[in-house]
Amino acid sequence: MASKNKRLLWLQSGGCGGCTLSLLNAEAPSLFTTLADIGIELIWHPSFAEQSLDEAMQLLQRLANGDEPLDMLCLEGAVMTGAAGRFHLLPDGQAMSTLIEQLARRTSQVIAVGTCAAYGGISAAGDNLTGATGLNHSGNHPGGLLGGDFHAAGGLPVVNISGCPTHPGWVLETLALLASDSLKASDLDPLGRPRFYADKLVHHGCDKNEFYEFKASATAPGQMGCLMEHVGCKGTQAHADCNSRGWNGEGSCLTGGYPCINCTAPDFADPGHGFFSTPQVAGFPVGLPTDMPKAWFVALATLSKSATPARVRQNATRDRITVPPSLPKKNKA
Amino acid sequence: MSRRILGPFNRVEGDLNITLDFADGKVSAARVTAPLFRGFERILLGREPLDALAIVPRICGICSVSQSVAAANALSALYGISPPPNGLHVRNLVHAVENIADHLSHFYLFFMPDFARADYQSQPWHAGIFARFQAQRGSAVAPMLEARAILMRFMGSLAGHWPHTLCLQPGGVTKVVSAAERVRLQQWLRTFRRYLEQHTFGQPLEAIAALDSAEALAHYRQQAPKADFACFLDIADQLHLHTLGRSYDRFIAADAYAAPDGCWSPAGLWQNGSSQPLALDDISEDNHSSWLAGEGSAAPLHNDTVPLPDKAEGYSWSKAPRIAGAAAETGALARGLLRGENLLCDMVTRDGGNVLSRVVARLTEVARIVPQMEQWLAALQLDDAFQLATPTQPQHSQAIGLTEAARGMLGHWVALDAGRISRYQIIAPTTWNFSPRDSQSLPGPLEKALEGVEASDPQALQVQHIVRSFDPCQVCTTH
Repeated sequence: MASKNKRLLWLQSGGCGGCTLSLLNAEAPSLFTTLADIGIELIWHPSFAEQSLDEAMQLLQRLANGDEPLDMLCLEGAVMTGAAGRFHLLPDGQAMSTLIEQLARRTSQVIAVGTCAAYGGISAAGDNLTGATGLNHSGNHPGGLLGGDFHAAGGLPVVNISGCPTHPGWVLETLALLASDSLKASDLDPLGRPRFYADKLVHHGCDKNEFYEFKASATAPGQMGCLMEHVGCKGTQAHADCNSRGWNGEGSCLTGGYPCINCTAPDFADPGHGFFSTPQVAGFPVGLPTDMPKAWFVALATLSKSATPARVRQNATRDRITVPPSLPKKNKA
Repeated sequence: MSRRILGPFNRVEGDLNITLDFADGKVSAARVTAPLFRGFERILLGREPLDALAIVPRICGICSVSQSVAAANALSALYGISPPPNGLHVRNLVHAVENIADHLSHFYLFFMPDFARADYQSQPWHAGIFARFQAQRGSAVAPMLEARAILMRFMGSLAGHWPHTLCLQPGGVTKVVSAAERVRLQQWLRTFRRYLEQHTFGQPLEAIAALDSAEALAHYRQQAPKADFACFLDIADQLHLHTLGRSYDRFIAADAYAAPDGCWSPAGLWQNGSSQPLALDDISEDNHSSWLAGEGSAAPLHNDTVPLPDKAEGYSWSKAPRIAGAAAETGALARGLLRGENLLCDMVTRDGGNVLSRVVARLTEVARIVPQMEQWLAALQLDDAFQLATPTQPQHSQAIGLTEAARGMLGHWVALDAGRISRYQIIAPTTWNFSPRDSQSLPGPLEKALEGVEASDPQALQVQHIVRSFDPCQVCTTH
């Protein structure tokens, strides 16, 4: 543990506040208890701070000028760079993007919380005339507000806790590692994401894995079968541990009955097709698992479809189990 | 006259600045600025209609389910289907959880910490309130967050996760509830009810729901002096919060919590002491004071969202919604009045909408809706369908989806062209409440509520109490 509390400033710009609200879902212990336990002092957060108005502006300016020390900066939401920053102005008329850059260059550790702050996210979707971008990525490309070669004073690049929203565990575990100076550059993946959750795939631990094995597919959200073939699920390509960690006690997109839309990926908001459909070529999905040769996928899928048990095939297009697994003969009445 | 620009307001959702003009020690005019613009109405253009379900929740992390409900309602109308009873009940449960969580977060995390500030140090009640409600550290905070997290397990179970679920579809919900799951959900709800009855209200929820007059409320204060709600009522009495923040006393609400036998919370317009039906054709948006193209007022389906950051008359990214040319307030108080709740009708008849009645409306709504959630859970027919299949093609080319977020009426106006979204206009609750002036120079409801406030210091807490009494959601306001 760090001997002295790290001073954390949390700012919000072009986002929805959802990563903060998700953070409030932290359980056992709750948010503020956890921050104290991991040695972090939250010196200002727009939702939770005592200081408002001039008092808050003066604090932000002191931090930006270096008159007060700052160890960690979390940004939630994209940086709005269009129209000289006019899409997000501070009360003194200054562009929010200017303040963010000043603070990021003075702080030991810079953390992008959520896909918007990391890569631009949903705020950068479509024609993006607001110039929404991430801290040091713009979509898949290094760059963003700070430039692709940016390293914070503490030596790390921007830590991109991507996700839309972020799981409270991703954020609090990353902050705990940073507070104790035990997160290394090699603990981040090439997109700057902490590998402790980004080295897993949403596919891992998915409730629907038996359906995936047999390519027993659902045709609509809410059905039990695998959602990859027809319903747009990207769980086999999406970097996150959603199905091994659980959300709000026990959930995930897949246990909720709808597809993974790969919200930890830089370009998830503009998939180039409907979120609830899977583009196909010659009857096979275009977006196959990234590390599986297509010929093998085709061969295995053909074989496994021919071996699909009737139970799995029938349940795949139902909203609940209609055919239970059979018992060994000796247990049958 | 002097002019001061105030901001950033903390403990609100999103960004907010306010310009106040002072004359003779009073606020003579207020201008409310929403300083952040993302452009969701443009992000939606050209997409397949069902994609709205993935995009619109991301307008807001605090009321994302409400955005989903509005979109799902619009899509139900576009596709010509409606959810079966189980789909409606699960949708209501998920929506109620979000709205309750909002009300509690507002009360405990956003609103009450102001009374713990040093400005009130000389008040006899300050020490107790400081211990209980100080920002982040007050003794009320951790137990509330623990109870909130238990309630949020409904989201993991019924919706996959929160915020930003995709479980709400035009034909119902994607999650079927089993008998064993219902037992778990009931247990979580009982746990949450125990928290409310022990800490928030100090009495059974039914006793709070039965409060029917200002006198009954005063009597409750004596009976449960240690409850957090009663503590607030004490402070409100001492600081005369019933005299603070009165606006137009014109209230608007949409139908919410649709069930097979009707809506739990009905639509309408409440003014001059009585309610009348909500005429959707009377709703317009005015871009006069917005940094957006367009001058006069237009129906949402004929309005556009084209940023003009240098527009001379502009002072906010928010549009100005109006009903029959008038500004209207929306929120829990509006809903309660339109449900005909005696306590709120009595309070508003006496003193109008104000800081006190807005907070009372929120908390009494929590007390009313938890028992209703118990009934929705019980009403699930577990062997029946939770969702009907969405047709492959929309049947209509335009539709409106309305609902009530915690902060009030939320509307989505959608038009299609060749099967793709060609227009998507959103009017969120705080767009109503925090609207700028329109082309008739008519102030929005918060602008009106701040007029006349006596404050020698522009940063006075009275100003902040008024602003936060509306529980603003600024990311929704401009979307």
